[in-house]
Amino acid sequence: MTKKTSPDFTVLLRRMWLIRAFEEKASALYAERQIVGLLHLGIGQEAVAVGVCSLLEDDDYVFGGHRSHGHAIAKGADINKLMAEIAGRATGYCGGKGGSMHIVAKETGFITATGVVGGTIPLALGAAFAAKERKKHQVAVVFFGDGAGQAGPFHESLNIASLWKLPVIFVCENNGYAEFTPLSAHTKIERLAQHAKTYGIPASTVDGNDLFAVREAMSKAVAKCRAGNGPIFVECLTHRIRGHYEGDPAKYRELSQLAEWKKKDPIARVARALMSKKRITDKALEAIEREARELVEKAAEFALSSPWPTAEETDSLVCAETT
Amino acid sequence: MPEQTYLDAIRAALAEEMRRDLSVYVFGEDVALGGPFGVTKGLAEELGANRMVNTPISEGTVMGLAVGAATAGLRPVVEIMFIDFITLAMDQLVNHAAKLHYMSGGQLKIPLTVRVQCGISGAMGAHHSQSLEAWLAHVPGLKVVMPSNPADAKGLLKTAIRDDNPVVFVEHRGLYWSKGQVSDSDQIVPIGKAKVLRQGDHVTIVALSSMLALALAAAEELANEGISAEVIDPRSISPLDVASIVDSVKKTSRLIVVHEAVEQGGIGAEIVARIQQEAFYYLDSPIVRVAAPFAPVPASPTLEAQFLPGKQRILEAARQALGLRP
Repeated sequence: MTKKTSPDFTVLLRRMWLIRAFEEKASALYAERQIVGLLHLGIGQEAVAVGVCSLLEDDDYVFGGHRSHGHAIAKGADINKLMAEIAGRATGYCGGKGGSMHIVAKETGFITATGVVGGTIPLALGAAFAAKERKKHQVAVVFFGDGAGQAGPFHESLNIASLWKLPVIFVCENNGYAEFTPLSAHTKIERLAQHAKTYGIPASTVDGNDLFAVREAMSKAVAKCRAGNGPIFVECLTHRIRGHYEGDPAKYRELSQLAEWKKKDPIARVARALMSKKRITDKALEAIEREARELVEKAAEFALSSPWPTAEETDSLVCAETT
Repeated sequence: MPEQTYLDAIRAALAEEMRRDLSVYVFGEDVALGGPFGVTKGLAEELGANRMVNTPISEGTVMGLAVGAATAGLRPVVEIMFIDFITLAMDQLVNHAAKLHYMSGGQLKIPLTVRVQCGISGAMGAHHSQSLEAWLAHVPGLKVVMPSNPADAKGLLKTAIRDDNPVVFVEHRGLYWSKGQVSDSDQIVPIGKAKVLRQGDHVTIVALSSMLALALAAAEELANEGISAEVIDPRSISPLDVASIVDSVKKTSRLIVVHEAVEQGGIGAEIVARIQQEAFYYLDSPIVRVAAPFAPVPASPTLEAQFLPGKQRILEAARQALGLRP
């Protein structure tokens, strides 16, 4: 989805609902064993994905982490190919070779997700380096969680991005938990944006469940970064409503805490804001949700009726044909 | 053909590839200053400091940065100053560089070359002397080459840079100042093709990198004893040209594998396994491996000399394979 100066917020709401419906369907299919493997859902974090990607151009680069279905959809990934990929089918983006944690939708600019926490942060620097050399004013965005902030490559990357003034935007989805452990048990640093300041990178911390706040921070970040002023760090405070992965009972989390975050549901907040300004009707809101769920049902049908990869695919594409 | 050192041949390959393809960029510690051995000396001045990029000592991130740059259309060459430090970049090399083509169902290509030097030379101790090529050859999606002479160094580096896959180009520090005939034209050497350096009938010696010179010297001595040794340089260890070794073993019926890396789990083990699969009934005696002991590389020059496989051990191995007194 592409940047608009004065956006139609119903379009953004539609995209948030598409992500929500996609992941809820994925969760249901996982419970039925129609999808297997490790499935990390970002339900509750949709405002970050949509807020960030709604300010990017088609040829900007986006890199994700292990919880990145939403980032890919926000950048324009086709949900049929995405559902087929996480279901392991031949019609998936990667022919079933990637799976949920390794989504690549190159034609949309979603370059890759990764199963390694913080693993794509250096990759984003490389895309930004190439963009800078080509002088095409593209930016690279990388999404990562608070757990990545204690990894070496995170710090090395902030240092190099700052040193070389690379057009990269670091988007930290601080959802408070690294796997099963609260951030406070892994570091004394409460806000990861503090690290950015150490390396001389302008940073802000925003309410990641507020689409408007994410967009405001991102719109400034993209403008600065595209103008050649070097990297920016945007920390979005949010929460994942599901466990670390599907099947994780998340007993490390207080139910009261979960209830608090559910009250801050990012989709409901956008809906309320639009309603209060009379920019949308109840009926239209219902239609947005219904249409998203219909599209996702079709994606699931497409995925589950698609063929499995053939045995010959097991060791094909290990090396590229040099052209 | 002019004579050139291994080091100058590598520099020539880099310069020629950077001139012919503007998407080739070099990243590494001190590369714009020529590096500790002078391999990249003068290249920043000629080709631009924006393309000979000095990096902080952050091997992991620099490797990842190069992978990201490759996804965005560059052909990066990363220099890891010593192979011992490739450990710091293994996550990016193994989890992203090697796998992104496969994991993306072919959407991404990673035309990345990793230049790294290895081996024992100059009593530098356990953190500046290792031979870790077998680890790399164990990773699907990586190609691994180990040139033993200046001509192959130049030709293989040019091929590596033009390859659309990650290629680890393993140089040997001890070979940097060795000389050989090198073409000054655009001559490339294919990856995955071994070279027979000496023809023989009684025993095949497969040797890697710096061990080639010892194998050739041993073959010369064996000739004086009436033993005709065939010497093969695999040049690439992944993909490995098994067919060339099989052809030789079918002729000689005896095989010795020589490498500087420790014996356990070394590339010699893979060669032995493949030969027993494909040429078992041609063998007249057990295959002998000549390699380093299963220990870290020691610092003291006297211990280092003990550690390093030498010509004497190759001679003994050949006599053993032939059932003679070692």
